[in-house]
Amino acid sequence: MTAPNPPILSVKSLRVAFGSTLAVRDLSFDIHRGETLALVGESGSGKSATALSILRLIDREGGRILGGSIRLGARDPVEVTTLPPAELRALRGERIAMVFQEPMTSLNPVMRIGRQIEETLRLHRGLTGAAARKTARAALERVTIPEPERRLDQYPHELSGGLRQRVMIAMALICEPDVLIADEPTTALDVTTQAEILSLLRRLQAEMGMAVLFITHDLGVVGKIADRVVVMKNGCKVEEGRTGDIFAAPRHGYTRELMEATPRLGSGAPEPLAEAPAVLRVSDLVTSYGAGGLFSRSKPVPAVRGVSLTLGRGETLGLVGESGCGKSTLARSIMRLVEPASGEVTLDGEAITGVSQARLKPMRARMQMVFQDPYASLNPRMTIRDVVTEPAFLHGAVNARGRADMAADLLTRVGLPAEAAERYPHQFSGGQRQRICIARALSVGPRIIVADEAVSALDVSNARRITDLMAEIQRRDGVSFLFISHDIAVVERVSHRIAVMYRGKIVETGPTNAVLAAPEHPYTRRLLAAVPRIAQVDRPAPSVALPAPLPA
Amino acid sequence: MTGLADIVARHRRRRAGAAAGGDIIQRIALLLAVLLAAAAILTPLIAPFDPLDQSLISRLRPPAGFDRAGPGHLFGTDELGRDVLSRALYGMRLTLTLAFVGALIGLCLGGTLGVIAGLRRSWLEDAIMALVDMQIAIPFTLVALLVLAVLGSNVTVLVLVLGVAGWEQYARIVRAEVRRLTGQPFIEAARAAGAGTVYIARRHLLPNVVSPLVVQFTLALSNIVILESTLSFLGLGVQPPQPSLGSMVGLGRDYMPTAPWIVLAPAALIVTLTFTVQILGDWLRDRADVRLQER
Repeated sequence: MTAPNPPILSVKSLRVAFGSTLAVRDLSFDIHRGETLALVGESGSGKSATALSILRLIDREGGRILGGSIRLGARDPVEVTTLPPAELRALRGERIAMVFQEPMTSLNPVMRIGRQIEETLRLHRGLTGAAARKTARAALERVTIPEPERRLDQYPHELSGGLRQRVMIAMALICEPDVLIADEPTTALDVTTQAEILSLLRRLQAEMGMAVLFITHDLGVVGKIADRVVVMKNGCKVEEGRTGDIFAAPRHGYTRELMEATPRLGSGAPEPLAEAPAVLRVSDLVTSYGAGGLFSRSKPVPAVRGVSLTLGRGETLGLVGESGCGKSTLARSIMRLVEPASGEVTLDGEAITGVSQARLKPMRARMQMVFQDPYASLNPRMTIRDVVTEPAFLHGAVNARGRADMAADLLTRVGLPAEAAERYPHQFSGGQRQRICIARALSVGPRIIVADEAVSALDVSNARRITDLMAEIQRRDGVSFLFISHDIAVVERVSHRIAVMYRGKIVETGPTNAVLAAPEHPYTRRLLAAVPRIAQVDRPAPSVALPAPLPA
Repeated sequence: MTGLADIVARHRRRRAGAAAGGDIIQRIALLLAVLLAAAAILTPLIAPFDPLDQSLISRLRPPAGFDRAGPGHLFGTDELGRDVLSRALYGMRLTLTLAFVGALIGLCLGGTLGVIAGLRRSWLEDAIMALVDMQIAIPFTLVALLVLAVLGSNVTVLVLVLGVAGWEQYARIVRAEVRRLTGQPFIEAARAAGAGTVYIARRHLLPNVVSPLVVQFTLALSNIVILESTLSFLGLGVQPPQPSLGSMVGLGRDYMPTAPWIVLAPAALIVTLTFTVQILGDWLRDRADVRLQER
């Protein structure tokens, strides 16, 4: 055989529509054996629609493939778009496999891990009984899951997010497919777990020589995993090239914009404020779960173990740590949404802890919270006008008649049109909803805003716009932010000072620049090492058969 | 994935929206509902005869178009010579009133208890749920018979009994929904904004449980129509000579072989009523859901 070697998956002028909306327009790309192609773009750019079209799962989501071709296989390629259903089923899982974003919901919660893997084996390999169990065990070993024998008998909820994603990968790879499609497989994970999953994927690819189509909105991740990149916008391909080339010299304006928005570690943090009188003081706070109530037999588990911190006026304190380290519990304790077991929280010198709900209520006007999930933190049945002015209304700052005017004013302040007031939350995108959440917090003119993973559910461009908005609000109104995130690069961009949280304790704190330049605690160093960096392409030269250079 | 999810959701909404406005069965049901409601309200004006007016000379006359049909008696007459159409119309008026008031009593009672049980995770919840279990375990027709036998049957007692009949279903649905909703971040967001429990229940929980409640209300409505018919059929519901749809069927039973039309008109109305109410419930649920509205 001579070069050029044929691609294993070839997509040509693919067009996909939902109803009358075109989701993918004229998309073409090839993937070769042993190669990783990243499909990059913000949400709504047609990345996922493309992935689902390749598996022909798009019909079930209500979409249609209007035209183009999807060919699978180097020799005697199969045309996926016209394949009859029976052959399609045989192909899925066998030759093309997919890993989804949500490891929480992609596994059946009432089925043991072993059973779920064996099910795939039975369908595709006709394996049952002891043979299936042995193969399932081997599959878990391949993705380096500790104690595979025990995991086989566990249920999905007993596993952490990272382990679940490993199980998903094990299941996808069990039939050694030619092509693996990974749709944002690490977006729901925190950085350290993400780094582990990415290196796992790279190792498996080297071992098995499969092609990987990696879908992501995060250019940092692209640098860690992809050989080539296709940048998508509004369903069109805007740029394609080798990862290093694109990072070094992006040709298209949108690619540059995307790179601009991607948080880059080491790009400098805001200087710490010279004079910032403390607004919020937390001293020796302890919060436990499981005390009393339904699980009264179990011992209380402390989630926050003796945390002290201060937040100055007009200052942003970044709180970083991996999921489960107690960041959210700390935020909720400060807001008195959970009762701390001991310790004290004071706002402007007044104690928040230990006072009755009635005494607490007026104080709530001075502290507001923005939540992680912009889809679930807005009541779907309320108009935006009511949502945005609700805190002010509750504190008597506005009467029923003034709500419309106030909503219009607040919406303009967060960069939304005033007409948005009469609409409902489902009519807005994720980024817009997060703006609504911020407008809502601003309605009472708070002293502090606790932002709990407020940009984690957004893609880079939207996250950038939201953090810029927060900085602007801070400059204008002097609000203090407690900015909680697992993404240290985002935290760096917004925080004057930083606090690193690990297993319920704050292990390191100080001015952001100083801490990131010379981290003292080993956990901080680990956290920093795990962050995917856009500047570097740290993928080693592919060890497997290099794809032939693409014909011009 | 969020972008795709948005597009898919919009697409589904559009399809659901088309079904909400364009479904032919829903249109028929809507038309029937208007006609039935108008008939119930305007009964005294449109009923051709007094429903209690007996005329032994023209008893057991078949509907118009048959031999021996009495003049003006469109659906014939019963064993005492009363006009079947007029009685059926008056009967429907009474039955509908009983069903609506009864279903509303159940809704208020069950809904309130359901919200309390969902919000207060304490002995109060256990007590309410124990009551629910008891209500489900005991055949309610027996309880109703006992109450009516002891207190005697009049419309007030009857409507209370019918109201209590369905409360446990509302309570169960509302409690489950409230428990699901209280885990949602927007409830926590309201709490963080300074909202109290009563405010949260009224402004955040209730609007979100409307959909399942509307469906349950329509189910209860048809159940009550049937329960009232059963009780009247057994002679413990609406007392003769006052007509209700159930009592008409009950009293007409003896004449089924010779004069089936006595049963036919009220029975057909019971079927039409329950059908209409069910379809209407689906339509209302779709209308009440802002998420199904177009972007």
